[in-house]
Amino acid sequence: MKLFERFRPVLLIAVLLAIWETAIAFHPGSILPGPIGVAGGILDLLQHGLLLKYVVASLFRVTWGFALAAFVAIPLGLALGWYRRGEMAFYPLVQIFRPISPLAWIPIAILWFGVGDLAAIFLIFVGCFFPLLLTAMNAVHNIPAVYINAGRNFGLSPSAFVSRILYPAVIPQLLVGLRITLGVAWLVVVAAEMISVNSGLGFLIVDARNAGNRYDLVVAGMVIIGFIGLLLDLGMRSIEQVKSFRWINSEG
Amino acid sequence: MLQAEDTVPDTRSAPKLRAEHLGVVYDRDGQLLPVLEDINLDVQNGEFVCLVGPSGCGKSTLLNAMAGFLSPTSGSVSIDGEIVMGPDPRRILVFQERGVFPWLTVEGNIGFGLSKLSRAERTQRIAHYVKTVRLEGFENSYPSDLSGGMKQRLQVARALAVNPDILFLDEPFGALDSITRVIMRGELLRIWQTERRTIFFVTHDIDEAVQLADRVVVLSSRPAQIKDILTIDLPHPRNISSSRYLELRDELLKQIGLAYEI
Repeated sequence: MKLFERFRPVLLIAVLLAIWETAIAFHPGSILPGPIGVAGGILDLLQHGLLLKYVVASLFRVTWGFALAAFVAIPLGLALGWYRRGEMAFYPLVQIFRPISPLAWIPIAILWFGVGDLAAIFLIFVGCFFPLLLTAMNAVHNIPAVYINAGRNFGLSPSAFVSRILYPAVIPQLLVGLRITLGVAWLVVVAAEMISVNSGLGFLIVDARNAGNRYDLVVAGMVIIGFIGLLLDLGMRSIEQVKSFRWINSEG
Repeated sequence: MLQAEDTVPDTRSAPKLRAEHLGVVYDRDGQLLPVLEDINLDVQNGEFVCLVGPSGCGKSTLLNAMAGFLSPTSGSVSIDGEIVMGPDPRRILVFQERGVFPWLTVEGNIGFGLSKLSRAERTQRIAHYVKTVRLEGFENSYPSDLSGGMKQRLQVARALAVNPDILFLDEPFGALDSITRVIMRGELLRIWQTERRTIFFVTHDIDEAVQLADRVVVLSSRPAQIKDILTIDLPHPRNISSSRYLELRDELLKQIGLAYEI
């Protein structure tokens, strides 16, 4: 029974794939591939060494853009969250920049950085910066006053206060924010690669369509993007499960 | 059982804790709200004082001012003759709820204020207080795996570990069920009798006050003043159905303005 429950999602996917394949079989000559065609596309990419190359290229950009954004936005957000006056000064600016889609920055990214990795990294940075800044600010606001008071009571120095109270108290919320933002980064990289670079999974999709309507490769690219997104999410979730990070769920 | 001279503090010595003409006024959007008015109180070294009063009267405000978390609008609080300017590890406040750090284990919590000690001293001190609050076997547990009563014991242990002069407790058992609460009172008394700290204990529970305190300070409704100070002249362990106990309890109920009958 338990085993069945575990395999239910797999079963569902298998059924959907079967329906897809059947539907394609009824429309011979369709430009859209079936699952078997897509699997062939993935194999094709593997054989040409393109799959690994493009995945690495995309992950490279995501890693840099995301890490840089986290490196700048989280300390800044924590500081702004702590010093309310700073926050009041920054808040309108943040709220104006935040709703601008990272994709709207593509022309400026190309203008500043040309076509290449830097432009893509910049776009991911912009896409991650504001969500992470707000996450960090809110995380500080949500620290229960009792932890702050207890910390003050034990006579901690400012640096000890940051490392022993502030940091552990915001970690659970930061991890959730980081996980969601990593998802955003993964969305942005594909879009950025469609326009501003000549490699990566986003480029693969556009290139496969332009260079002869290879829709098997287009869908193969999509499937790979989905799988890697899933793996990134699972990886972040497993970090959240570390016992000393997980307290927010258990301490209502 | 303790001798009478152990529980009755020596009133001739200088007080451990003194509040002089203490007043606190809150500023609520420009509206001035006086909370405490002219509080004068001496607490002796090693004394167990309970603070009771109608809910919302400013008990916690007084506690926070005494512990240094709130600066008074007028008057002062001094400990050993020294004016209280802010929180200090020599006096630890125990909170009603969520006071322990959920990201640290039991050992980590107890050792929180001990980073200046050597490793060996710290280990030894932690082991001592794990035993004092009877959390043996839970050293590596996180607070999420402890019951409410255990978490409060852990908080008391973390407070005691830094060797404070005064423990301030803000309704520490208020969030516990009634059975656990009674057990916790016994535990706190046992710890107080072995450790001999000055304890200033806020509660809204009249029985709790009569069972624990050497003296009970009764606050009036807001703006709060000291209405009365009742000396509980009962030796420990206290018989809670003795006539003297009931007399003191009734007196307190009357002071707070509660009827004996429902």
